[in-house]
Amino acid sequence: MSAEPSPQSPWQAATITRIEKRTPRVTSFWFRPSRPFAHLAGQHVDVRLTAPDGYQARRSYSIASAPEAGGGVELAIERLDDGEVSPFFHDVAAVGDEIELRGPLGGHFIWEESDGGPILLVGGGSGVVPLMAMVRHRTLRNKAVPVALVFSARLWDEVIFRDELIGLDDRRDGFDLVLTLTREPARRPSDYSRRVDARMMAQAIERLPKAPRLAYVCGSNAFVSAAADALIGAGVPAGIIRTERYGV
Amino acid sequence: MVTRGFFSGRRPPSDTDARIPPGQYLEQGFPVLSAGPTPRVRTEDWSFTLKQGPNPLKKWNWAEFNALPQSKMTRDIHCVTAWTKFNTPWQGVMIDDILADAGIEPPTAYTLALSFDGYSTNVPTKDLVAGKAMVALLYEGKPITPDHGGPARLLVPHLYFWKSAKWVNGLQFTERDEPGFWELRGYHMYGDPWREQRYSSDP
Ligand SMILES: Cc1cc2nc3c(=O)[nH]c(=O)nc-3n(C[C@H](O)[C@H](O)[C@H](O)COP(=O)(O)OP(=O)(O)OC[C@H]3O[C@@H](n4cnc5c(N)ncnc54)[C@H](O)[C@@H]3O)c2cc1C
Repeated sequence: MSAEPSPQSPWQAATITRIEKRTPRVTSFWFRPSRPFAHLAGQHVDVRLTAPDGYQARRSYSIASAPEAGGGVELAIERLDDGEVSPFFHDVAAVGDEIELRGPLGGHFIWEESDGGPILLVGGGSGVVPLMAMVRHRTLRNKAVPVALVFSARLWDEVIFRDELIGLDDRRDGFDLVLTLTREPARRPSDYSRRVDARMMAQAIERLPKAPRLAYVCGSNAFVSAAADALIGAGVPAGIIRTERYGV
Repeated sequence: MVTRGFFSGRRPPSDTDARIPPGQYLEQGFPVLSAGPTPRVRTEDWSFTLKQGPNPLKKWNWAEFNALPQSKMTRDIHCVTAWTKFNTPWQGVMIDDILADAGIEPPTAYTLALSFDGYSTNVPTKDLVAGKAMVALLYEGKPITPDHGGPARLLVPHLYFWKSAKWVNGLQFTERDEPGFWELRGYHMYGDPWREQRYSSDP
């Protein structure tokens, strides 16, 4: 398969410095790249695993940490039982291991302070990861930008970054969290218990001081299709909607 | 660099190994990737325009375009997100036949494919002609679904699949190699899967 990386290869070794279980199926891994890089909120890295016989598997993972956060690059990886790379991380990877990664990558699904707001973020499952980087970036950089995050999870216990998000929501500083649980009743009065739809999007937009300047949607392909249609149904112009699809 | 503890892996069967470019894995499904919501383009509203710079050379509506000679291509396709799918069957109009119907030879060495949603991608003109590329109208014998770029998408199977612009509505011949949507956002100007030309920093 792939030849040995050439000297100018953009792949580099990164050391896992910390591992923390986030939900029953999602674990965060912090990486210290040998050549540190600056990223933008919303970008991803490619990860490459190599077997002794040279076989390689590579996948993309969004960066969850804010650009200005110290402590390395956080990836939050959901375990797919019949997958190849995500079970490796959950079952095998340990602090101190070196993993090859490449990045930061992606020049479209990004939010910078200069892009302004208000912004509407819509995430399904692990699709919240790049949105989390945007939320954290906003918290650290410019709280004047109004942000609403609609986050769809199956269960309350599967809400990745739940305590942190609720903590940010409780500050009432212009960040609004809307959780929607698809297989459980809502736990907070402002939350929902159904799949995203146009009415939910319209109500999320009402929480913003004015119409969103940009909307970001991330998750599985089916989720992104449904959520983007819901946004259009709520009157959001297609041209301001950016999507990132994680595949099947 | 061998990864500690990574032994498993879905090694492709040896008879197909040679068909999988470096860094790719074999996918049975057909993942969807796009920068924005799926445009729903009605065939009543569809048109296809050949342009040189800003000047239109010829324009077809849906019926006119479907009346052009139709060809079939069954090809392996390679997405920059690392999946490869074998034997995808397409039907549509070869770029050669579009040019013939317009009565022109390619006027410049570079082309930008243009889409209804504002997306664009650059392809050298020589990679579109001589039987290499088509505007596809059918996949597996059926109209291409909106998620996969229907009613019509470009098909340039020998380059990474982002070059096969979805919801295509025209080709614009350009004097210079002008970067398109993803090429302006870090992707490679050419995108040969066999040379792993994924990102702009790749050789
Ligand atoms: C830009 C981007 C960012 C991403 N960010 C994240 C992130 O932050 N967090 C995250 O968890 N994920 C993220 N993903 C998804 C991630 O890249 C992987 O797709 C995911 O981890 C699954 O990889 P895997 O190797 O575990 O599973 P894979 O082996 O790729 O399998 C995925 C699914 O496909 C099916 N499948 C695959 N191969 C076969 C086969 N040969 N036969 C049968 N079925 C098969 C399996 O059923 C499995 O459920 C992102 C994707 C993209 C494109």
